[in-house]
Amino acid sequence: MSAAAPAAGGINARYGVSARRRRTDVAMRGVLLAGTAIALVPLLLIIYYLLHKGLSSMTSGGFFTSDPTGASAGFFGGAQKIGGIKSALLGTVEIVLIASAIAVPIGIGVALWLVEYGRNSVYANIIRFFVDVLTGVPSIVFGLFIYIVLIVGTGSTYAGWKGSVTLSLLMLPIVIRSAEVVLSLVPGALRESALALGAPRWRVIFKVVLPTAASGMVTGVLLAVARAAGETAPLLFTAGVTNVTTLNPTHYQNSLPLQIYNDFIAGTTQNFNRAWGAALTLVLLILIVNLSARFISSRSRLG
Amino acid sequence: MTADRTTPSSVDVSPDDTADGTERTRAAQPVPSAGPAPAPAPVSSSAGHALRLEQLRAFYGDAEQVKGIDLDFNAGEVTAIIGPSGCGKSTMVRCINRMHEEIPGAHAEGRVLLDGENLYGPTVDLVAVRRAIGMVFQKPNPFPTMSIFDNVAAGLKLSGARGGGLREKVEGALRGASLWEEVKDRLSEPGIGLSGGQQQRLCIARSLAVEPEVLLMDEPCSALDPIATLKIEELIEELKQRVTIVIVTHNMQQAARVADRTAFMLTGDLVEVGQTSDIFTNPRDSRTEEYVTGKFG
Repeated sequence: MSAAAPAAGGINARYGVSARRRRTDVAMRGVLLAGTAIALVPLLLIIYYLLHKGLSSMTSGGFFTSDPTGASAGFFGGAQKIGGIKSALLGTVEIVLIASAIAVPIGIGVALWLVEYGRNSVYANIIRFFVDVLTGVPSIVFGLFIYIVLIVGTGSTYAGWKGSVTLSLLMLPIVIRSAEVVLSLVPGALRESALALGAPRWRVIFKVVLPTAASGMVTGVLLAVARAAGETAPLLFTAGVTNVTTLNPTHYQNSLPLQIYNDFIAGTTQNFNRAWGAALTLVLLILIVNLSARFISSRSRLG
Repeated sequence: MTADRTTPSSVDVSPDDTADGTERTRAAQPVPSAGPAPAPAPVSSSAGHALRLEQLRAFYGDAEQVKGIDLDFNAGEVTAIIGPSGCGKSTMVRCINRMHEEIPGAHAEGRVLLDGENLYGPTVDLVAVRRAIGMVFQKPNPFPTMSIFDNVAAGLKLSGARGGGLREKVEGALRGASLWEEVKDRLSEPGIGLSGGQQQRLCIARSLAVEPEVLLMDEPCSALDPIATLKIEELIEELKQRVTIVIVTHNMQQAARVADRTAFMLTGDLVEVGQTSDIFTNPRDSRTEEYVTGKFG
């Protein structure tokens, strides 16, 4: 390869881009574009099928207002009414809300301790290590763990709150890690100036650090919520499956992922259609949560 | 002076403040009581508060950054600390309100006497120390979530001071920082919307709101343009009637303009301190002369 490759008939023989470099450039751009296109294909297919199959179920009468018992009005009329997804939708919302109520305060507390007090101490690093391990634990393991401890261990049955506890275990490392990142982004100069004003550390945390980090932490929490809302395995042997709507978390509680799972097992066309509708509902639910997270983080003061 | 000043350990903090302060005092280095009994610092005759450093040492881990400094800051005066980068001048100043020990692994030894009382005593409440000694940092750092008003009020709220007259106190502090006229019509706008120089005066107002006895300024103008710098310097001239001012500066001309006395530091040692005019025109130490004439630094 000669250092002075002849320019391809350009006006400037010294500074023109060589033909070989131009060809490589075109080829590499093509490869990258093709890779992007290939990655988009399954994504677009999923969206297409969700809309194609799910939309008609979703817009059928009573899809959101009847339970999957078929007992209530409307959905898939005729002899074989199988009902909508009311219990699953409400169940998912309640289970995830309770899970957040458990995971968010604990997670933010741990993150605050790590950033404000533990810093780089050995104990803090041990905690970080275990939080990382927790992140990598498959969700079904959390489900098994709660099954052993809260169901077999207490000789009781499935209950919505046990599903919430399982999901909160899943959310905890996500909340801790994201809150830790955001809290450590709060400039040290702000803490310093508050301390230099004669503020006790707890007041610095509550009046300066937390308000500054708030929007960023909300983003992390919402991402954890979105993650938890889509989980099937942790609820399978903790919250159980049920057809009827209940808002009592000590009873079996239905959820969207489990409704989809059950409908696929049932295997009739009507079940499949309801599963598509439930899947589209779940995706939209998570999309809303994710978009809220994006909106809030775009208003973050920490960039 | 000493009589009208509550001792740091008995300042009226709310119970939870005290709990916090007590817990944090563990980090304080108990000063060895051996040695000659500390004579009360000679308090300057003018109104104000005198500050004295005795054998002040500051460490980062094992590295000694400030190597035993004895220095007096006279009441009602501006004292400038000059010296090349890394000479320990910022570290030394951060020891005065005990901010140095906030850095993990850092600690300080020796005595800092404010009106004769040792701020490094074993029962001293850091919260009370920092309320008596305000600090303005290099970069203007108003609290980003707070309005102009709240930024100044934060000084009071954060330090747990209660009682009415918040509005008057905020106005007084903003007037004291020569910022009132510029912001009086937009007190509810965010503090970070101000210009750099205004932000720095906002930070000064925030410190003044707590009514400190000493104001530490760590290169307060290094991030500002010349006009904003001039305003801060005029402000320093006014403030020294009320508070004792210690200003760290990289800018020798600034020291010459604002300081009554100037101290020159080099590699953690105090080389020379004296009247500013003497330091710049007639220094006793050859190193001082070389620095102020620009031979190094």
